[in-house]
Amino acid sequence: MADMTSPVPSAPLLDVRDLGIAFRSGAGMVQVTRDVTFAIAPGETVGLVGESGCGKTVTGLALMGLLPSATSHITGSVQLEGENLIGMPARQLQRRRGAKISMIFQEPMSALDPVFTIGQQISETLRAHRSVSAKEARERGIEALARVGIPEPALRFDAYPHQLSGGMRQRAMIAIAIVCEPRLLIADEPTTALDVTVQAQIVDVLGDLCARLGMAMLFITHDLGLVAQTCSRLVTMYAGEVIEQGRIDDMLVRPRHPYTSGLLRSLPALAARKTKLPAIPGRVPMRGEMPDGCRFRPRCDFALPPCEAPQPLDPVPPVGQVRCCRNDELELKGVLS
Amino acid sequence: MSRRTLKVVGWRLLQVVPVIVLATFAVFGLLQLVPGDPAAVIAGETATAERIAQIREMLGLDLPLWQQYAQWLGGAVQGDLSTSLITGLPVLDEVLRRLPNTLLIVFYALLLAVGISLPLGILAATHVDGRVDRFVTSIASLGITVPNFWVGMILVGLFALQFGWFPTTGAVSITEDPGRALWHATLPAIALASSGIAEITRQLRSALIEVLSSQYVRTLHAKGLSQSLILWKHGLKNVSLTLLTVIGLVFNRTLGATVAIEAVFAIPGTGSLVVASATNKDFPVVQGVVFILVMIVILCNLLIDILYSILDPRMNKQ
Ligand SMILES: Nc1ncnc2c1ncn2[C@@H]1O[C@H](COP(=O)(O)OP(=O)(O)OP(=O)(O)O)[C@@H](O)[C@H]1O
Ligand SMILES: [Mg+2]
Repeated sequence: MADMTSPVPSAPLLDVRDLGIAFRSGAGMVQVTRDVTFAIAPGETVGLVGESGCGKTVTGLALMGLLPSATSHITGSVQLEGENLIGMPARQLQRRRGAKISMIFQEPMSALDPVFTIGQQISETLRAHRSVSAKEARERGIEALARVGIPEPALRFDAYPHQLSGGMRQRAMIAIAIVCEPRLLIADEPTTALDVTVQAQIVDVLGDLCARLGMAMLFITHDLGLVAQTCSRLVTMYAGEVIEQGRIDDMLVRPRHPYTSGLLRSLPALAARKTKLPAIPGRVPMRGEMPDGCRFRPRCDFALPPCEAPQPLDPVPPVGQVRCCRNDELELKGVLS
Repeated sequence: MSRRTLKVVGWRLLQVVPVIVLATFAVFGLLQLVPGDPAAVIAGETATAERIAQIREMLGLDLPLWQQYAQWLGGAVQGDLSTSLITGLPVLDEVLRRLPNTLLIVFYALLLAVGISLPLGILAATHVDGRVDRFVTSIASLGITVPNFWVGMILVGLFALQFGWFPTTGAVSITEDPGRALWHATLPAIALASSGIAEITRQLRSALIEVLSSQYVRTLHAKGLSQSLILWKHGLKNVSLTLLTVIGLVFNRTLGATVAIEAVFAIPGTGSLVVASATNKDFPVVQGVVFILVMIVILCNLLIDILYSILDPRMNKQ
């Protein structure tokens, strides 16, 4: 948490503004996210949390330009080092993927090509972006495997994915993603499919890589405990919108949005053990029944008539933002004081 | 790689032994399926008791079954598949004389099937639900429903009788005149290939669609690999296993389909031999042809199994 005092400098690495994602469905379009706005500074680790289906994965894929162009429609802008990735020609986007911006996924079992060795899959990434000889690619591949904590990397380099355990495969996946030393790594629930003990190791590896390479990370997860452990900033999404963001330390003490507050209080590790776990009542609204105004309103204990109006992202000094008109008057409880 | 390959080949060879033994049972048992006294059936209705006894002795039908089998197997291992009841010539010679004609159209057909369905399947899978894809899939479903011999008859009617581009019937030995042999084999091969083209195209299309929408292909895109590298390197290597299996299946079926196609084109191959011998109740010849064809099928499947284990690293476990 080195950048506690200078959270987002004037030139962010990634600047996402009003990102909206819609999918073609039958005759019409289904809007899955809208008004997704956040920024990531160079070297910063940002957690992206929210309930299942709120649009975290599609947001990550949109940043990578990996959504199928035939069936999806993207609005807004995604600036990576000042270049807008939305609408960028496929060829140029391809040159940035894996080199400047990388992504790892939830399922290490199925995310690697089963008929090529780990080494082949690392080398081809390197050779897609850098002009290196086969020998050099091998050396740097083994180096990358060592860097993510794979024992006997030279041996594992020639192994096939099925010969590795889940944790080792996820490490290999990370090695592939970072071999070109990207500026930003999007990690989409990288530990969800793994054992608890392995989860902690993977999180350590990711944190360590960010520190050593000066790489920024967008850490997508359900697990606020992991965010508190690894990230310096937190972005909360609800039903396709960013509803709050800020420094994690601020938000743990005083969340501004009732939804974030609910998420925090449902955290077993950080919440005081003596109180009963308050799960957030209700569920995320379905597509067709999305309420006007604040989307969390039907589940919110604090909803008032003003909440029926559309909620803009209001600044929360010094660096946060929240989409709740009552954020100032509410003194919401966090998990730290 | 090479030591692993050797191990795989050895293991597969070991596994194929019981299959071959079973096949010999089946082929030998063929004669037992003839209803009534085989000797009487073979001799015909007007035969004298003497003639029947003679045939029974010649075929060894008076011996216990296991001895008959042992005798037959002993002969088969040494290349003696008994003699024809009609011509009195060794069965093996007759089969080997006709086999090249059959294998020529079978492999010609297989080559056509693979050569045509590969681009079609890839084109369809990379343009899912587009016009190309819909065209290819409808052609493929048509090809599966239309029988080969029917395609053969249409081809003869059109390209042999109407336009005279190809001969209507017959075959030329490939060793005598390769050019004319291929010319003769073209229409039968196309007819034989029609269902194979359809089958391989369909299977390749669906396998490739599945691979291209898989999670690991998403990873490949995330790494910044080009579309063409993903298709030609990762896509094809991953579908090659499916492809191999389908080609094996198509080979077996094509071999079976030669019976009808050789009849349509009057090709002196093993298919027509088996039909003629069955009609003439020349059972040793029927048995011999089936034996040779079954061995070819087993060998081909063995080859495919071996290729499969070499291509798929996940088969490495045993
Ligand atoms: N290709 C697609 N076509 C149509 N709808 C899609 C597509 N991909 C995702 N969606 C929809 O977008 C919404 C957001 O999905 P997304 O996978 O981003 O959620 P998530 O926040 O990552 O959830 P989880 O925590 O379960 O991973 C879902 O309702 C999903 O049904
Ligand atoms: Mg997700």
